[in-house]
Amino acid sequence: MKVLVAVKRAIDPNVKVRVKTDGSDVDLNGVKMSLNPFCEIAVEEAIRLKEKGVVSEVVVVSVGTSAAQEQLRTALALGADRALLVETSSLLEPLNVAKYLSKVIDRERPQLILFGKQAIDQENNQTGQMVAQLIGSGQATYASAISYADGNWLVEREVDGGSQTVELSVPAVVTCDLRLNEPRYASLPNIMKAKKKPLEILAADSLGASVKEHTRLLEVASPPVRKAGIKVGSVSELVEKLKNVSGVI
Amino acid sequence: MRTLVIAEQVAGQLTAGTLSAITAAVELGLETDLLVIGGQDAVAAAEQAAFIQGVHRTLLAQGAVFEKILPENVQPLISSVVAEGYTHVLADASSLGRSVLPRVAASLDVGMLSDVSKIVSVDTFQRPIYAGNAIATFQSLDPVKLLTIRSSAFAQAATQQNRGDVTVVDGGKIATNVRFVAEQLTISERPELSSARVVVSGGRGMQSKENFAFVERVADKLGGAVGASRAAVDSGFAPNDLQVGQTGKIVAPELYIAVGISGAIQHLAGMSGSKVIVAINQDAEAPIAQVADYMLVADLFEALPALEKAL
Repeated sequence: MKVLVAVKRAIDPNVKVRVKTDGSDVDLNGVKMSLNPFCEIAVEEAIRLKEKGVVSEVVVVSVGTSAAQEQLRTALALGADRALLVETSSLLEPLNVAKYLSKVIDRERPQLILFGKQAIDQENNQTGQMVAQLIGSGQATYASAISYADGNWLVEREVDGGSQTVELSVPAVVTCDLRLNEPRYASLPNIMKAKKKPLEILAADSLGASVKEHTRLLEVASPPVRKAGIKVGSVSELVEKLKNVSGVI
Repeated sequence: MRTLVIAEQVAGQLTAGTLSAITAAVELGLETDLLVIGGQDAVAAAEQAAFIQGVHRTLLAQGAVFEKILPENVQPLISSVVAEGYTHVLADASSLGRSVLPRVAASLDVGMLSDVSKIVSVDTFQRPIYAGNAIATFQSLDPVKLLTIRSSAFAQAATQQNRGDVTVVDGGKIATNVRFVAEQLTISERPELSSARVVVSGGRGMQSKENFAFVERVADKLGGAVGASRAAVDSGFAPNDLQVGQTGKIVAPELYIAVGISGAIQHLAGMSGSKVIVAINQDAEAPIAQVADYMLVADLFEALPALEKAL
């Protein structure tokens, strides 16, 4: 069996983003970029499925500029077998990305397609679900456990107020949440080996996907700043302020 | 132009997030219909919906197929209702809304905007990006605009005396690619985290699952919900559905009390919209101090019992 993992190059989670002074977008100039943390969990899960003998091949795919090769190499160093980059410089709208990925899925025919539940830059949380719809698959978002039994994928997922288990037929789309696993670090020998693993580049225009602009970014602003608070010296002072100044209790 | 709000109901009650999505829909200034989907109990939810201010007509899709709502089963229904002439489709950005609406978007070949926090006009919307560190304004260019709504950014719609129309609609089918197996829902006497007036959250500083009882007792005294930081959840002190933050619940209560929470960016993204923020922490330099209205530097295990007593 083959698992395809879709990954995104995104701002490093430890970097605090700044808004450009002209309000046109955030400023990513010279900012450290990484594999989106939820995509890293998806890659880790794929590798674990391979280590357990459930799947035999782990293919990673990204849609983006040639800079995304760096994140694909990271996934290869973690243990993926080969990588594909759908190269485009256009803005990465979820539906367009989903259409490119559907074309890749047509070609690769994986039995499982893993995603991070969302990227920490645009936080759309859409692409996996859109791919599932486009290819007619069942989906399990926010996965916290994945197993394979009797020809189906059994996925436990986090939902409002608790958890839910669903069974998906093959091929299935699963988006990964925080508690699915804790990703490993790539070892130096594996980083060296990853440089020799196959990384194929596909021109986005060559895939025959019908993409277009659906949303237009008009402005990006910084959120309103909270005004500075005060230190209170005791519990009784705190309760007094909450009662008489803020009026919330 | 017409708006359709996809309702969510639990045991015959519309969720708080649905009521917020209705408020967002009303701000669009268009005629607003509500689609209630479910098994037997959806009938009661539709009856409740008929008395909500701003709802023109309630559409009820009730059937055994919707007893357990799966995105694969409801997407065909929603897509066919939308095709009857709706230009705007809104849903709460709940785990269900976020799972279903992208499928509807793909089926209609339109884009979607997630977690909308402000309606600027009928085609322009604001939403937080980068963990709330930036607010983006987007214009939707599609003939049908699909939005999930950040419930903490909109008040809940009120009820009215007059009963609106309820119309039964058919649709939906049992998908063959997915099967519901089981669910474990947390039963709680406390108010729902994302719509509670008061939230008391504990962090890594609580040190153990047992110590979380200190947080719970203060929450109960205030009639509030209990929350937790990601660190507390990862350490097993609290269940994951209590997590407040970028990747958990987004809350904006009247009063948020953060106990033993340092204030990582990802936590602040989930609660900095609260009206009044209190931080109780041993460390005066913790980043939570930057957003707190009141900072109490104290031993948590002395401060919490004292607070419980003083309330």
